[in-house]
Amino acid sequence: MNHLDSKFGDYGGMYVPELLIPALDQLEQAFIDAQKDPDFQAEFMGLLKDYAGRPTAMTLTRNLVNNPKVKLYLKREDLLHGGAHKTNQVLGQALLTKRMGKTEVIAETGAGQHGVATALACALMGLKARIYMGAKDVERQAPNVFRMRLMGAEVIPVHAGSGTLKDAVNEAMRDWSASYDKAHYLLGTAAGPHPFPTIVREFHRMIGEETKAQILEKEGRLPDAVVACVGGGSNAIGMFADFIDEPSVKLIGVEPAGKGVHTAEHGAAIGKGTKGILHGAYSYIMQDNDGQIEESYSVSAGLDYPAVGPQHAYLSDIGRAEYVSVTDDEALNAFQILSRKEGIIPALESSHALAHALNMADEAEEETIIVVNLSGRGDKDLAHVHSILGDQNHD
Amino acid sequence: MTNSVANSIDRYAKLFEQLDQKNEGAFVPFVMVGDPDISTSVNIINALISGGADALELGFPYSDPIADGPTIQQASIRALSNKIKTDDNFEIIRQVRAAHPNIPIGLLLYSNLVLKRGIEKFYQDAMNAGVDSILIADVPLREADRFIAVAKQTGIKQILIAPPNASDDTLAEIGEKSQGYTYLLGRAGVTGAETAVTIPASALIDKLTQYKVAPPLLGFGISTPAQVKDAIQSGAAGAISGSATVNIIAENLSQPEIMLDKLQSFVTEMKAATHK
Ligand SMILES: Cc1ncc(COP(=O)(O)O)c(C=O)c1O
Repeated sequence: MNHLDSKFGDYGGMYVPELLIPALDQLEQAFIDAQKDPDFQAEFMGLLKDYAGRPTAMTLTRNLVNNPKVKLYLKREDLLHGGAHKTNQVLGQALLTKRMGKTEVIAETGAGQHGVATALACALMGLKARIYMGAKDVERQAPNVFRMRLMGAEVIPVHAGSGTLKDAVNEAMRDWSASYDKAHYLLGTAAGPHPFPTIVREFHRMIGEETKAQILEKEGRLPDAVVACVGGGSNAIGMFADFIDEPSVKLIGVEPAGKGVHTAEHGAAIGKGTKGILHGAYSYIMQDNDGQIEESYSVSAGLDYPAVGPQHAYLSDIGRAEYVSVTDDEALNAFQILSRKEGIIPALESSHALAHALNMADEAEEETIIVVNLSGRGDKDLAHVHSILGDQNHD
Repeated sequence: MTNSVANSIDRYAKLFEQLDQKNEGAFVPFVMVGDPDISTSVNIINALISGGADALELGFPYSDPIADGPTIQQASIRALSNKIKTDDNFEIIRQVRAAHPNIPIGLLLYSNLVLKRGIEKFYQDAMNAGVDSILIADVPLREADRFIAVAKQTGIKQILIAPPNASDDTLAEIGEKSQGYTYLLGRAGVTGAETAVTIPASALIDKLTQYKVAPPLLGFGISTPAQVKDAIQSGAAGAISGSATVNIIAENLSQPEIMLDKLQSFVTEMKAATHK
């Protein structure tokens, strides 16, 4: 039996082979104990502050927004060590790995950001990391592959299926089903079987907590909306968690519309998907009429995932959060605008959230405060974006 | 049985009774339905039966099979690249059932295929096609109740997995809920002939008896007659061999006649090892 709720309404659950249940139960118990253990909390908080650089800044944009009624803030997860929000929860799970007495870590990665975060945490804590990465992603995120290897992680390209994030998750789960005695599966987003969606949310919830404190200090009131991109949903749920019980704050998740949600090439699981099971959880997924999983698409590898974390499916159904989508072109545009106007090069993932916030800003008729979770920096995307844009913007 | 489905025959019970009388264990080959295409798949399944298979374990191709190693992944990919649909799978089984009224047929597949069709419809379609049991690889006991409920309604037997790391509580629950047979996992990890089965300790078999689980068939990593013999000597009711069977298909795709001969004689050899 589970000690924590394993479901969000009907969503979530533990749809994994029976073989993995003891490992998931062990993880749940370790997490429950750690949350109550002041020593664990002190070590986690210490690492977040002194190693990763928390709290991250909250930046009021100066030139980005033309509408004088709108204040657009950026929650600067791009400044976190590792270059993205991913480092938060990875440090937490790496500590849990040690607590469980395990010495190895398995992870999947899409953009390579979770792989980089895993590699750095494992280097720091003396854990042996092996990271599965779709062969296509290994190609489009070469700098991150090198980073992971520099920090001592083994990167294993996955050729099966579409050669992207979903196939890397499959391979990580297969590995784990033979190695759970020694290895922890350090899942990288708020998806997968229970207890991952809950653990990942709790280890990212400082994003929203800091945001709340920072905006209250700067503005004396809560924001009207917080906006975050949604791949599996970790940076978004980290931003949302502390605002769920604040009904005046709109929660907006931005999914990748790729080449348009009317085409087959997108990754909008909530917007265009249907209910089903992928990677151990019941949620919205992209599938055909027989239940075969469809390949997702996005210009940003970190959003290229045909499912979404179960709590987002639930928040969407009950109407608490709103999920929209943004195309490749809109995201690329926002990527350039932020670089040009504010001197901040965002990750392509985060550019999706920003693109939607810019539309909101244009349309706002009343005084509006918007916070965008700038989940990561764009260094990893430079070669890719350069290849798309050419030299058109370099004159 | 309190089963309300009038026309359901308990083919597993009959099989185990007959094998007991003959002092034999069961040999159960696994193949992927629709691999590599519809007509070859029917011929493959018939060859397994001609070779002496006591029961059949049939997979449905799935895009994201997390419990399968490369051999069975490739079988899924072959079938799916030939655009095999769930409807085709049931049609293939219907043809096999029409020719072989008595052999127990079990499905081994993934939850999303069932959910997308609707649990009730999937189980009813399976029943109508002549299926006896369904095992869902990614539905552990904890999520199984609603599937077991539909299984009972439709007369399908829900097969449960007993992994080598199962707690006593898990075994007790399997004892309460298992029907048909129990899939006893021969080892951790995913399917594949590369990593051999670990023959279960007699302590585990004793526990299974103590908790009155349905007859245990040992699977995962079984590819030789010697392993079948060991499995049965250790007290298993039989052995399931998947990847070794599918490897024969994969290695002989360009020569279907030879493939069928090899499959048939493989099954005959494995079956011969079930004599106690
Ligand atoms: C910078 C950045 N933002 C967002 C994501 C998407 O993941 P999630 O939805 O879990 O936040 C990724 C994934 O790699 C990422 O690297």
